[in-house]
Amino acid sequence: MIPFKKIAVGLLATALTLSLGACSKGGSTSTAAAGSPADVSLWTHNAGNKAELGAIQTIVDDYNASQTKYKVNLQAFPQDSYNQSVVAAAAAKKLPCVLDIDQPNVSNWAWAGYLAPLTGMDDLLGKYMPSTVAKWNGKTYAYGYYDVALTWVARKSVLTKYGIRIPTIDAPWTAAEFADVAKKLKAGGEWTNPIDMMTGGSGEWWPYGYSPQLQSFGGDLINRTDYKTADGALNGDKAVAWAKWFAGLVNDGYMAKKSGADPQADFLNGKSALLWTGSWAGTPVRAKLADDAVFLPPIDFGNGPKVGGGSWTWGASTNCANAQGAQDYLKFAAGDKYVTKVAKDTTNIPATDAAAAAIPGYEAGGINDIFRQYSKKFTVLRPETPGYSYIATEFAKAAQDILNGAEPKATLDTAVKNIDANQAANNYFQ
Amino acid sequence: MTTQTAEPVATRVAVPATSKAASDRIRSWGVMAARILLCGVFGLPLVFMMVSSFKPDQQIFGDLGSVNAFLPVGDISLDNYLGVFDRVPFAQFILNSVMVSVLTVILGILVNSMAAFALSRIEFRGQKVILSVILATLIVPFETLALPLLWWCNQLPYFDGSIGWLDTYAVQIVPFVANAFSLYLFYQYFDSIPRELDEAARVDGAGWFRIYRSVIMPLSGPAIATVAILTFLPAWNSYLWPLMVVQTESLRPAMVGIDYFKQMATSWGQIMAYASMITIPVLAVFIAFQRSFINSIASSGVKG
Repeated sequence: MIPFKKIAVGLLATALTLSLGACSKGGSTSTAAAGSPADVSLWTHNAGNKAELGAIQTIVDDYNASQTKYKVNLQAFPQDSYNQSVVAAAAAKKLPCVLDIDQPNVSNWAWAGYLAPLTGMDDLLGKYMPSTVAKWNGKTYAYGYYDVALTWVARKSVLTKYGIRIPTIDAPWTAAEFADVAKKLKAGGEWTNPIDMMTGGSGEWWPYGYSPQLQSFGGDLINRTDYKTADGALNGDKAVAWAKWFAGLVNDGYMAKKSGADPQADFLNGKSALLWTGSWAGTPVRAKLADDAVFLPPIDFGNGPKVGGGSWTWGASTNCANAQGAQDYLKFAAGDKYVTKVAKDTTNIPATDAAAAAIPGYEAGGINDIFRQYSKKFTVLRPETPGYSYIATEFAKAAQDILNGAEPKATLDTAVKNIDANQAANNYFQ
Repeated sequence: MTTQTAEPVATRVAVPATSKAASDRIRSWGVMAARILLCGVFGLPLVFMMVSSFKPDQQIFGDLGSVNAFLPVGDISLDNYLGVFDRVPFAQFILNSVMVSVLTVILGILVNSMAAFALSRIEFRGQKVILSVILATLIVPFETLALPLLWWCNQLPYFDGSIGWLDTYAVQIVPFVANAFSLYLFYQYFDSIPRELDEAARVDGAGWFRIYRSVIMPLSGPAIATVAILTFLPAWNSYLWPLMVVQTESLRPAMVGIDYFKQMATSWGQIMAYASMITIPVLAVFIAFQRSFINSIASSGVKG
């Protein structure tokens, strides 16, 4: 038996050795020595995403090589927990100089004082698609290299087999046509639930994925004239019609109340016939289905087809010792060269026409051009109000309840009541 | 009358002989079946995780509807493991987690056992009140303390003269060293050790620290093992706190690394491979300490 004394000494020695290492600080808090370039810290949500992280690292390296005044230091965080890390850093007043922000969060973070407006970039950003430039209260706070667009994915062979018309950007399916499509596919008996709208998703997917149908019906998440109330927009007749349609997909057996963990894999494995997803599915779906894959426009429920807009964008924080360096980097990084680099490496929709022309597939008539057209023609940005995150949570909760059988009108009324109370409690974010 | 009473007696003697054996057999089968069921409930998710770590994403979902989900069949390869090493600095994350967990355990055992010893053995005014206050902190969930704790950690002077402990190993360790539950476990265990041993040691000239070091702690193996496991597991599984306080990748623990695989298209096979690899140290610690752990639970009546 090992004597207690030896164990205790061993434990203490281990603790002492490890403690020495435990006292070191991370690089993000290091201070620059006199005469060396001023530190500009940069955070991105791309840890684990080699393609986008590599592209951002290239921009940072190019910037650092282009001048000697500032040195940008990149820290990558995993996307799933990125927002928590940023909010915690803001609470500790340890925000980086430059950070990327999911566009719906921009107005809230600007209102909360995390973000500084971008200055002197109007000409540069004038070339960007409007959905890639984040504004609030008349000021520009962030820009993004790319956007994504929602789309229905199907097999051409399946649509042909069931005599279903393949819709186009100029002639999308109408509500009645879509009802007929669902009926035909269900009657075929090949799928338990022929339609998959990724209802197993969580968080931001709900407002991003399903508010476009609400808007196509004529409703909205909030009244956008003054962003003070959701009354009438989210619980009016048109919104209720949307809710009934949405619940009807489940009640009629066309769609699962909660889709599987990986709807794209389910679709590729033949478990569904129609998948509501985004342009990010283009590459993997084509890799499996080749020319049989079709990417269809959203349905026109009466108010025109709609898709969500806004993806990851870049901005500067208010908590930067070298604020000029942050603005300088963001100007440098906004050039077409880098829009092309990031959009190409991530296979997303490029923010500028010049970048689109330079990326194979996104040129006019290219295989991915259809996504850019959907984005340009159908995008409705999520409401640019600091209250959006609350609106998104309430909408997601209401939509989930409605799918689970809650009475649509009453559920939407509750959501409106809560949203209005939150807007009022925050003095309408003035 | 005699016949009437004799018959039931004979029946009572004869019937139990066969029915007891049968009921014993049924009971042991029942116990065995329950054990197999419990093993299945707790073991199958682990089997699924391990098996899926060798399969491509599409096959994982394709196999879900059949028993194949638990069998290493189909397109089996080490691709997911190679993908993990390609995507995250795995060795660094594991090393960080080991360092944070081991230090938290070692310091936790020292600090909590000393505090428990003082509360159990040294008589002073307000002893019971202090113990009650410490125990009362058990009802406060960590999530409610996270932000105030973050604030404090950001205000404290650090060893290098700077202000704030954020983005260090220390901030992942020090706030979790003092632990009310560990302290209570030690306190309960120390209370069960006869005080005559202290008195004998005192007669031999031992002071309080000598009694703690040479009498109490050597007799507290099961309590130490239990505290070690109960401290190691949350330290190893720590997720929210490192998210809030660690910004530099080279200081991140293993559990945060799992988020690296949750992208627009989640790599489930790689998640399973990563989860399998970070589960092995936990299983190893539990297996190493399980006898002491069970003994301690049995002797202290603590239910995990």
